Amino acid sequence: MELLNLFLKATFIENMALAFFLGMCSFLAVSKKVDTALGLGVAVIFVLGITTPLNNLIYTYLLKEGALTWLLGEKAATIDLEFLTFIAFIATIAAVVQIVEMAIDKFSPALYGALGVFLPLIAVNCAILGGALFMVQREYDLAESTVFGIGAGTGFALAIVALAAIREKMKYSNVPHGLRGLGITFITAGLMAMGFMIFGGIQL
Amino acid sequence: MQMNKDTKEILLGPVYLKNPITLQVLGICSALAVTTQLQTAIVMSAALMFVLVGSNVSISLLRNKIPGSIRVITQLAVIASLVIVADQIMKAYLFEVSKQLSVFVGLIITNCIVMGRAEAFAMANPPLKSALDGIGNALGYGALLILVGFFRELLGSGKLLGHVVLPTVNNGGWYNPNGLMVLSPGAFFIIGLLIWAQRSYTSSMQEDH
Repeated sequence: MELLNLFLKATFIENMALAFFLGMCSFLAVSKKVDTALGLGVAVIFVLGITTPLNNLIYTYLLKEGALTWLLGEKAATIDLEFLTFIAFIATIAAVVQIVEMAIDKFSPALYGALGVFLPLIAVNCAILGGALFMVQREYDLAESTVFGIGAGTGFALAIVALAAIREKMKYSNVPHGLRGLGITFITAGLMAMGFMIFGGIQL
Repeated sequence: MQMNKDTKEILLGPVYLKNPITLQVLGICSALAVTTQLQTAIVMSAALMFVLVGSNVSISLLRNKIPGSIRVITQLAVIASLVIVADQIMKAYLFEVSKQLSVFVGLIITNCIVMGRAEAFAMANPPLKSALDGIGNALGYGALLILVGFFRELLGSGKLLGHVVLPTVNNGGWYNPNGLMVLSPGAFFIIGLLIWAQRSYTSSMQEDH
């Protein structure tokens, strides 16, 4: 039940894109068509679902203060490698993205065709690194970070597909010249963020 | 003297004509997230300038030695190291602000401006030019961040840099603060409106559908 709450919270109340502004670059750039937005959304769920728990393991067993005691015994209790967090996380993410890309290419060429172009992009998507950093800040354990990763990915996918659908319809509207393209997309995203704020009142 | 003109374009071009946020659509996440107050916006711009100039110079120095197939991960390693330095300095000297910025200092690593400029400019230009390009883009980013932070703090809480400018109703003044500005939709609206203003003023920037 706790985990279900966490999932809902990560998806709706603390939506990655609309409440924390993470993954904005791809959120705005890849939301012109619903199909491509869906592809990117699925890829983000996938990668967040894998990297968040993996980074959790790395943080708990390698980087946290005294985390190395399982390996080096009591004398390692004062070793604190926390300052390496950023570089360790980004290396993990880049490696996982690469491996996932190769694995999908090998085992499911159809899925690779659909996700192919988006996977390398995801390595530098702030939503992925943001997910890992939030996991550290909020001290999630392994199960919680898995659920949080998948939930946050789902929230991002939901938001980007919704924005793409709105933008597809908006092609036919008469937008003021200066606002066309990026400007109106920001206003739309703002209205969507307002809509998502109604979830903020829910107590889980 | 034509060198001077070139330099000026590299340095000042990104501030208005090629602004990283409103025209290149790079680095939006932090522009939206850290601008609830002017102070955090200024600190964030300074941190980004440090990282961007550092990464542009280092990558430009290494540009002939980086093998093409692993260049992204090399760039990431350089950027991540610089961000660690910036983060440690901020934790040591500006602890309060660094708490408010929370994960967004770390997210400079994936800030598309840094990666984008490394890939698009530093990989092909000598160190001095790359440093200027870094300063220029950081100025463009900082200018927009400070502008957004100014409006959001002024309209959202009636303050600037923590000093009361418009006394709010709660404290016996006359200004009724607009709570929307400090929440996430306010950030989207302000940037959207700024883009509108900029593109209406300079009509060559408009997009056609």
